[in-house]
Amino acid sequence: MSETHAHSAAYVRREMLPQEAPPALETGAVKWLRENLFSSWLNGILTVVSLAFIWLVLSSILPWVVQGIWNAESLSECREIRDQLYGEGHEVACWAVLGDRWRQLLFGFYPPEHYWRVVLALVVFLAAIAPVLFESLPRKMLILTPLAPFIIFFLLWGGTIWGPLAVLLGFVIGWAIFTYGSPVVGNLGGTVLAILVPILYWLFIAGPIASGLGAILPIGLEFVASDEFGGFMLSFVIGIAGIVLSLPIGIFLALGRQSDLFIINKFSVIFIEVIRGVPLIVWLFTASLLLNYFLPPGTNFDLMLRVIIMVTLFSSAYIAEVIRGGLAALPRGQYEGADSLGLDYWQSMRLIILPQALKISIPGIVSTFIGLFKDTTLVVFIGLLDPIGFSNAIRASTEWNGIYWELFIFIGLCFFVCCFGMSRYSQYLERKLRTDHR
Amino acid sequence: MKRSVFLGTLAAAGLVAGVASAQTLADVQARGELNCGTSTGLAGFSFPDANGEWQGFDVAICRAVAAAVLGDATAVSFTPLTTQTRFTALASGEVDVLARNTTWTFSRDVDLQFEFTGVNYYDGQGFMASRELGVSSALELDGATVCIQTGTTTELNLADYFASNNMSYEPVPIETNAEAQQQYLAGACDVYTTDASGLAATRATFEDPSAHVVLPEIISKEPLGPLVRHGDSQWGDVVRWTLNAMIAAEELGITSANVTDMASAAGDNPEINRLLGTEGELGAMLGLENDWAVNVISQVGNYGEVFERFIGESTPIGLARGLNAQWTDGGLLYSPPFR
Repeated sequence: MSETHAHSAAYVRREMLPQEAPPALETGAVKWLRENLFSSWLNGILTVVSLAFIWLVLSSILPWVVQGIWNAESLSECREIRDQLYGEGHEVACWAVLGDRWRQLLFGFYPPEHYWRVVLALVVFLAAIAPVLFESLPRKMLILTPLAPFIIFFLLWGGTIWGPLAVLLGFVIGWAIFTYGSPVVGNLGGTVLAILVPILYWLFIAGPIASGLGAILPIGLEFVASDEFGGFMLSFVIGIAGIVLSLPIGIFLALGRQSDLFIINKFSVIFIEVIRGVPLIVWLFTASLLLNYFLPPGTNFDLMLRVIIMVTLFSSAYIAEVIRGGLAALPRGQYEGADSLGLDYWQSMRLIILPQALKISIPGIVSTFIGLFKDTTLVVFIGLLDPIGFSNAIRASTEWNGIYWELFIFIGLCFFVCCFGMSRYSQYLERKLRTDHR
Repeated sequence: MKRSVFLGTLAAAGLVAGVASAQTLADVQARGELNCGTSTGLAGFSFPDANGEWQGFDVAICRAVAAAVLGDATAVSFTPLTTQTRFTALASGEVDVLARNTTWTFSRDVDLQFEFTGVNYYDGQGFMASRELGVSSALELDGATVCIQTGTTTELNLADYFASNNMSYEPVPIETNAEAQQQYLAGACDVYTTDASGLAATRATFEDPSAHVVLPEIISKEPLGPLVRHGDSQWGDVVRWTLNAMIAAEELGITSANVTDMASAAGDNPEINRLLGTEGELGAMLGLENDWAVNVISQVGNYGEVFERFIGESTPIGLARGLNAQWTDGGLLYSPPFR
């Protein structure tokens, strides 16, 4: 080509130019700055103002945080050390309170020689929940999951090992009746029996069995009463128990509310509306104050158990509504498709409806869980010593009276880590489950 | 009023339900542990130390009762109670005795059906203001903004006091004492009002306590004491005389250091002998061991010792004895005789 036009064109380049670096204004950090921070005069001014504001905030907070004092026995000692180091009137944090009292903020009054039990319980919980959360993990780990509640209960409260085992046996009985009894007495009869027999067993037989075995073979850990639970451990126990229990209850309530069976439908509707219509703090007061009067005198119905029950019921009503939203969002054709395949109700729910409905509901479910976890701090109003409660109690001691932000910052950080983790997981799950528009 | 009627109804219902537990002393002895209701945290009066042990001036009452009944001041199970939950917990039998800086008032004693078994601290509501404000009397506080905890008797006292002195004020409602400290220091209010003991404890934690003054006026009577349920006089007697024993011990010069000596043999003073069980059968009359008071004083201390240990002038809280001195020193502490 170039041969042909060699005489007609004034100049023809015959070799490639070496690649030039892009103009300085169009590359790297400068380009990013120009495009994102200084794209126009207005944006440039806003950027500068924001930077000045951030600087103002950080320059007053960061020294307070970084120069904080970690080694002191009391607030007054903290102030003495500060006066020596930085001169009077220079505000710095007194993190020493965390060093002195972190055990109480994390474990409450749990006996220190048994802290390993709490940590182990947390490890068991994480190991049990991991295969549920992440599908890439070996499926064999799922064996641990149904056993975990009993292991965790045994680790935290201690006592004889036969109690949790006797309760576990009830579930095994129920499962056995359902699996082997259903063919004999029919599906409905099998279900009813599988619920009734274990309840009767728990009410009348489990106790004697546990105490009998305990007398013969006293295996167990030292008993720790629930009033020694406190701090983050208390928040975790209430929060996790509430979360784990409320999801299945919420699913059943949501299905019940859509059911055509009159009693089940009305029961679900009334339950959900009553529970949601009243603030959580009222339910907590009910648990701690009113129940005392309805129960026969002398019954010592554990306050923490009462709170867990109330929190679970409360959150299950919210979960039910979230899941009902997911069920309603499914196109009618999905239900009809399931019917036309000849699936019965439970099969169609299990295989077609719920997987889709739950997927849609994930953000709602997780935000309910996050709310529930943070709501556990409300128990401070009924005298349970959660981290907030302990911050009050710690402040009442003569050494730390007058300390304020340090404790709240620590508590806030711990809650943030947990809630942020949950939030990130839900985003991961949404990305993984997104099967459409890929 | 509505609330107290409601609480009263609850308390009455609790009593009906709780008739079976009129034998509190026997119950506690059978259980081997005293259930005691305390505050969830009040400077000097009840707080957990670094080892998780409850300490404080109110807590000491619980420990003293446990020492008297069970011979062991550590045999106490503490139930932290808030202002909302304290009366139901006592009425329903969740706790055997409530020692949670509770003011002895007519309606609590009569309407809520409790029995106050004495006064362990005579308190009263006071004011604290910044020295810069330049006030020397509460009567100069016309138009001031006042930080006040909601839902307490202090709120009503304040309204009464300002109304009767023809003054106006602007309340800044706050929830807890810690919050009040922050608000007051940040200048959200000119004056902070609460019980004088609380003011002293709060002021002691300030960077510069001398920049703040506690005004001389005390505008209310707040006799704080332990209480038990109506209808179990024997148990009420045990708690009442445990407190009296601590007060009398101070008056008679019995301390935790010398009590074992004094109790080893009968001495010259017959009242000391009766109190310490070396003479007479006072313990048996209460349904306790005869050395009950010895246990109280040796394990917990007399009133003055406990006061000094937790809230006295050697502590950061630094309260003077004031009204809480023995009657012989011009205070109000006056134990009936042990005979």
